[in-house]
Amino acid sequence: MTTFSINGRSVTVDVEDDTPLLWVVRDAVGLTGTKFGCGIGLCGACTVHVGGRPTRSCITSVGHVANAEVTTIEGLDPAGQHPLQKAWVALQVPQCGYCQSGQIMQAACLLKDFPTPTDQDIDAVMAGNLCRCMTYIRIRNAIKAAAAELRNGGNHG
Amino acid sequence: MGRLLHRSACDVMPLSRRAFLIGASAGGFAFGFAGPGLAASEAPETAAAAFEPTIWYRIDRDGIVAVNIIRAEMGQHVGTALARIAADELEVDWANVRLDAVDSNPKWGLMVTGGSWSIWMTFALFSRAGAAGRIALIDEGARLLGVDAAQCTARGGTVIAGDRAISYGDIVRRGDLSRTFTADELARMPIKPAAERRLIGRTVPALDIPAKTDGTARYGIDAKVDGMVYARPKIPPTRNGCTVRSIDDSAARSVKGYVSSLALDDPSGTVPGWVIVFAETYPAAIRAADRVKVDWAVSDATAVSEQDILDHGAKQIADPQGGVMLVDDDGLDAAFRAAKSTLAQTYTTSSVLHFQLEPVNALAFEKDGIFEIHTGNQWQSLILPVLSKALGLPQERIVLRTYYLGGGFGRRLNGDYTVPAALAAKALGKPVKMLLTRTDDMRFDSFRSPSIQTLRMAFGDGGKVTAMEHHASAGWPTLVMAEGFMAKGLHQALYDPFAIAGADHWYDVGAQRVRALSNDVANRAFRPGWLRSVGPGWTNWAVESFMDEAAHAVGADPVAFRVGMLNGVGRNAGSSPNSVGGAHRQAAVVRRVARKAGWGAAMPKDTGLGIATTFGQERDMPTWIACVARVTVDRASGVVKVEKLTIVVDAGTIVDPDGALAQIEGGALWGLSMALHEGSEFVKGQVKDTNLDTYGPLRIGDVPEMDIEFVASTEVPTGLGEPGTSVVAPAIGNAIFAAVGARLRDLPIRPATVKQALARQS
Repeated sequence: MTTFSINGRSVTVDVEDDTPLLWVVRDAVGLTGTKFGCGIGLCGACTVHVGGRPTRSCITSVGHVANAEVTTIEGLDPAGQHPLQKAWVALQVPQCGYCQSGQIMQAACLLKDFPTPTDQDIDAVMAGNLCRCMTYIRIRNAIKAAAAELRNGGNHG
Repeated sequence: MGRLLHRSACDVMPLSRRAFLIGASAGGFAFGFAGPGLAASEAPETAAAAFEPTIWYRIDRDGIVAVNIIRAEMGQHVGTALARIAADELEVDWANVRLDAVDSNPKWGLMVTGGSWSIWMTFALFSRAGAAGRIALIDEGARLLGVDAAQCTARGGTVIAGDRAISYGDIVRRGDLSRTFTADELARMPIKPAAERRLIGRTVPALDIPAKTDGTARYGIDAKVDGMVYARPKIPPTRNGCTVRSIDDSAARSVKGYVSSLALDDPSGTVPGWVIVFAETYPAAIRAADRVKVDWAVSDATAVSEQDILDHGAKQIADPQGGVMLVDDDGLDAAFRAAKSTLAQTYTTSSVLHFQLEPVNALAFEKDGIFEIHTGNQWQSLILPVLSKALGLPQERIVLRTYYLGGGFGRRLNGDYTVPAALAAKALGKPVKMLLTRTDDMRFDSFRSPSIQTLRMAFGDGGKVTAMEHHASAGWPTLVMAEGFMAKGLHQALYDPFAIAGADHWYDVGAQRVRALSNDVANRAFRPGWLRSVGPGWTNWAVESFMDEAAHAVGADPVAFRVGMLNGVGRNAGSSPNSVGGAHRQAAVVRRVARKAGWGAAMPKDTGLGIATTFGQERDMPTWIACVARVTVDRASGVVKVEKLTIVVDAGTIVDPDGALAQIEGGALWGLSMALHEGSEFVKGQVKDTNLDTYGPLRIGDVPEMDIEFVASTEVPTGLGEPGTSVVAPAIGNAIFAAVGARLRDLPIRPATVKQALARQS
């Protein structure tokens, strides 16, 4: 039994403590926006926030998030209108889209740490998120566009 | 491959692409317009809820147009692009257009998404379908308005006559839309001149994108049904020829949620030696499968490695007998005998993995007598007969439900992963959700075969090219998986057109010979796959590296050398409708990209520009493309850094400009990734790399500056999904030579091989 908060809601799941958080989120809680890519924490498709920090849910045991606050792509913004999500649509970033939940969740933390990210900041922080469609040019531009919106009074951060 | 489009897997009679176009126009529409939309006997207010003049779309009583999309959505925003073609001719507002991603059904004809074909194969069909609907609506709108149809125009979902107007929704609600069109009428359907297009060629937000930013997009991996059991396979030691001797699941029984293990009996022969491990949750299935021990009788592929495949190909090339000639001009041997000089080189490419980010998966169950397969797939028409054989059910009782694909790239053209899920569900008598882990997925990949190619060129006086031959050996995916789609070469011999396209280039080289060799060692040892751009991924590496070597051999500038041979003479003149202008259009993109990239300018130390050009996927559907790569080479480490890619594309009419740009961006970076970052190795019956710990596709920090330009054109739209991919590697190789004088002939390019090439030089 593990109890934690997901997108502001408390959940209790009856699974073994060493079950990867990814499968708990997807199959037990039923939030499938978080994706399975490599299973070893190297592609970033499974990225969620734990206590506000980007976390690879495929290599994080659910027992380790007991009583913690977990946020998934579904909870990043109640209306799906986080400045990053708006920028992702405006710049038409996704192709197949499979990695993009993880990209957006990683980028959301990037913007907290680096409100005015340089290209080097983006290269460093986003290096762990693989996009097989290679939408990287647009990911970079959308991060900068969202950062600009946040600096100009966007209500997230 | 137009041949694909108009025949079934059992029909091996190839037809020309032109014959296909005629056939598609007639057959497709006769089919599409087979039945009336609204029965004439029905009263207007009680009539059917929608006007459905073709199978391709329907208009409801609110004027909403729902377009049926039979192509897989795998990142190319194909539904958005295709719907715009019909909507433009239909004269409806884009805000009133919806997409319906349809399930497999024989009425759709051939369901395949690949080959960069979707726009090219649908443009005329959807244009005419849209025009037919517009004409029917104008006629009926005119009747309802009490005016002559000739006085009416259609615009924005409304039929207009002077100051009077009626919306399409009102016409559907009140009118009698029973009109049908014969095939001949449809073939003559007037299509708007390009200047009157209102949607085609203008940028629009792709309809699939918002759901891909908030977690609501549904992929195959997200499919679920009540009572389903999770499954993970045990992948046998080799792709072909394994049989299960025994299963020992004693260590798995302590895993909470473990259910059972089962050796599959597969009448289709798709997954020989597969064992499926069932569990109540997927993490339990992962753990249990790790603990299940299987004893297999293995095939002799365990004795085959990458070099064995290349060695066999080299032997095939050395033997003048064997293989299939696509081109074999008289006078070739004489030209070589008479040559002032000759050049011969051999090029190789290594195995490449798809690594589509969503591991293959399928949910299968039987419901109401129908076997349902929920998954993302690129070629439903290919796998349905296989599923039929595996399940022992007629195809009418099997349906593939449609989901987004977490990457296609050709991996999901091969629907082999649906078969074990279906067999497992049948055996268990319950819904089965089968998902491969990343490692399973890579070991089960139908990866891109290694290739080896030898090219020779004869030069006459003044370095004039008088003859060229190209021999290419690789595994043939189409032979292994879709034999009915093989093409016919000279002397009626069948070959895999996807595994040689590119070698039949548009350069005027005098007498020419192109020979395709099926590497049977590869075909037996694994299942060669179609991987983004397929054969052009290796043929263009050879052709365009060789053209550079040839230019240098005769002291010519690589751009001028190419343009001189892209003269549009003879077989390279091009023809209507698909290749109007022929090689002249390829020469134009070469000249344009050279100018944009500053060709000929002085470069800093160890920095160089390299050029390459291709015609995309196939001669019958050329996308003319040229690329200049600017690279720097670190001589000490051998590390190559790509600083910039400049690309010019002529794909005819561009339906969706931003989507087109995205395809070239992604495709070109795929090319860069395969040139420098990817490449695996086949070792004793298995690929060496099974996850990102050793396999490293390009990351965000590796992206160079990119400058991409499309040629403005109103010619037939060709393909964009793959052409960006195969032009990049040879441009990089040629740039390395320009930078430091090291010639690379093996793909991928590794720092170690760059250092070796530098050492050979000094």
